[in-house]
Amino acid sequence: MTSPQIEIQVIAAIVAISCAIPGVFLVLRKMALISDAISHSILPGIVAGFFITQDLNSPLLILLAAITGVITVVLVETIQKTGLVKEDTAIGLVFPALFSIGVILIAKNANDVHLDIDAVLLGELAFAPFDRLILSGMDVGPKSLWLMGSILLITVSLLFLFFKELKVSTFDAGLSSALGISPVVMHYGLMSVSSVTVVGAFDAVGAILVVALMIAPAATAYLLTSDLKRMIGLSIGFGLFAAIGGYWVAHVLDASISGSMTSVLGLVFLGVYLFAPQKGLLAVLYRQKQQRTEVSLITFLLHLNNHSEENERHINHLNEHINWQKVRSKTVVDLALKNNMITIKDEVVSLTDKGNDFTQRALEYILTNKDERIETMKDDFFLFRG
Amino acid sequence: MKTPLAVQVDDLTVAYNYKPVLWDIDLAVPEGVLMAIVGPNGAGKSTLIKAILGIIKPIAGSISIYGKPYEEQRKLVAYVPQKGSVDWDFPTTALDVVMMGTYGSLGWIKRPGQKEKKAALEALEKVGMLSFKNRQISQLSGGQQQRVFLARALVQNAAIYFMDEPFQGVDATTEIAIINILKELRKAGKTLIVVHHDLQTVPEYFDWVTFLNVKKIATGPVKEIFNDDNLTKTYGINYKVAINK
Repeated sequence: MTSPQIEIQVIAAIVAISCAIPGVFLVLRKMALISDAISHSILPGIVAGFFITQDLNSPLLILLAAITGVITVVLVETIQKTGLVKEDTAIGLVFPALFSIGVILIAKNANDVHLDIDAVLLGELAFAPFDRLILSGMDVGPKSLWLMGSILLITVSLLFLFFKELKVSTFDAGLSSALGISPVVMHYGLMSVSSVTVVGAFDAVGAILVVALMIAPAATAYLLTSDLKRMIGLSIGFGLFAAIGGYWVAHVLDASISGSMTSVLGLVFLGVYLFAPQKGLLAVLYRQKQQRTEVSLITFLLHLNNHSEENERHINHLNEHINWQKVRSKTVVDLALKNNMITIKDEVVSLTDKGNDFTQRALEYILTNKDERIETMKDDFFLFRG
Repeated sequence: MKTPLAVQVDDLTVAYNYKPVLWDIDLAVPEGVLMAIVGPNGAGKSTLIKAILGIIKPIAGSISIYGKPYEEQRKLVAYVPQKGSVDWDFPTTALDVVMMGTYGSLGWIKRPGQKEKKAALEALEKVGMLSFKNRQISQLSGGQQQRVFLARALVQNAAIYFMDEPFQGVDATTEIAIINILKELRKAGKTLIVVHHDLQTVPEYFDWVTFLNVKKIATGPVKEIFNDDNLTKTYGINYKVAINK
């Protein structure tokens, strides 16, 4: 690997991690679309900042543009508060308006600004190593590396310091407010960090793909864990994987780095969405199938419980009585047999003690609908789990 | 000696978009009562609690907790919001939710430690949820979630408890468990203010009641003021007819 190659991967990795952290809280607060709004509406801020600083990586530009991001959030909330339109409509009104101002500013001053629409939308990581930071004559590395590194450091420090506050204000804003941890302060703090991160990442990955870097790792992690810390860790891991993986995909395909990073993220999400052990599509389908079988089993056991007469319990007539297909009847009878819930004697099915006990408990649950009745059954049966 | 006032509300008016939801409320809650706030839907019951706790800014009026503004008395107050106000799919466990009750006394930045964890475990045990401490909160039943919320309030170790419909969507066993804990707290000298929906259980559960319908209709001991007259004034229909339906 050449040194620019390494530098690009390091920058990509830092950008991905910086985006993944606020992304977790945006996803949990159901504010994923706000990151989309911020990433677009900071454009006029970036252009205006560039007129003043003449440097895309200047911290002043970052601050100016980030303020535009926070203004976007305020505007969306103001419009929403009128009660005339819903939040999604308010977002849809605000960010295209600001974005279009940015587009016009670039078009009018194309000669002065080293920005073009492609770079705005998609970013260009490959050029990042060309813009070096020179300190007293020494080349200390690409400017964007230092910039994103600083943003990441700030994000991680804030996360570490205010983890508890972020958690409680995200989970229960009412309690948070009553405890004296202002949810408004946390909200705007998160919005500011998100804005700064988006502006910093803008140069590298552009307005559209930065949204993917914020939302996709968190959404993927959400499917895999029910622990907030682990969710943050996993998000960072997915971001990192997409950054490095995406770089090499781009290398092999000779394609856009940011595009490849996002594609990797999309594929990772798809894989997790299908195969996640608890919340994945296949797991859910499997669980539903199990539940159907268990409902059938209980129906069957209740039928036996209800009828003492032998003709109702004759194995060859069960199909007719319960009105099931032969295959299904056989599956259910086999399952009941395997669990020692029934015995078959002279082709007549009877409940065993275990079957009886199980049926009673199930019946009690169905009648009372009390969860504590089934706590002991949860380990054995899908049907009674959440 | 007169019992001190736990909560005092003077001339409180709250409006959403200039439409008043609470109108000129005066309310004095003596220390050590178990008080129900009753009233029809949209009467402003939850809003009253939220305004007292500073979650909603009133457009007029003042509130004091033991004679001082709420901001100075936060540590004396615990709050159980409506169960439906939070996302139960949030990635966290029962124990962690209870620990959140300690965040107020910890203040900013400081993390909960062993002491807070021990308090949270004790609170979970009190509500009969210790064996569920590591269960993800979405995997709890409605009654269990409500118990977790109650445990979170217990861990705040407050003098005044505000509860927004703690019996909503819980089964009879949980309801009895919760009311027993509330009565125990009252015995220990705590003040409890509970938004309540089920009029039939008011005389059995509570010793103090406030009738609310945008304006305050009446407040006082259940024995003295829980009558058809006040119920009719609050609900606008003949209470006896309504309850027999």
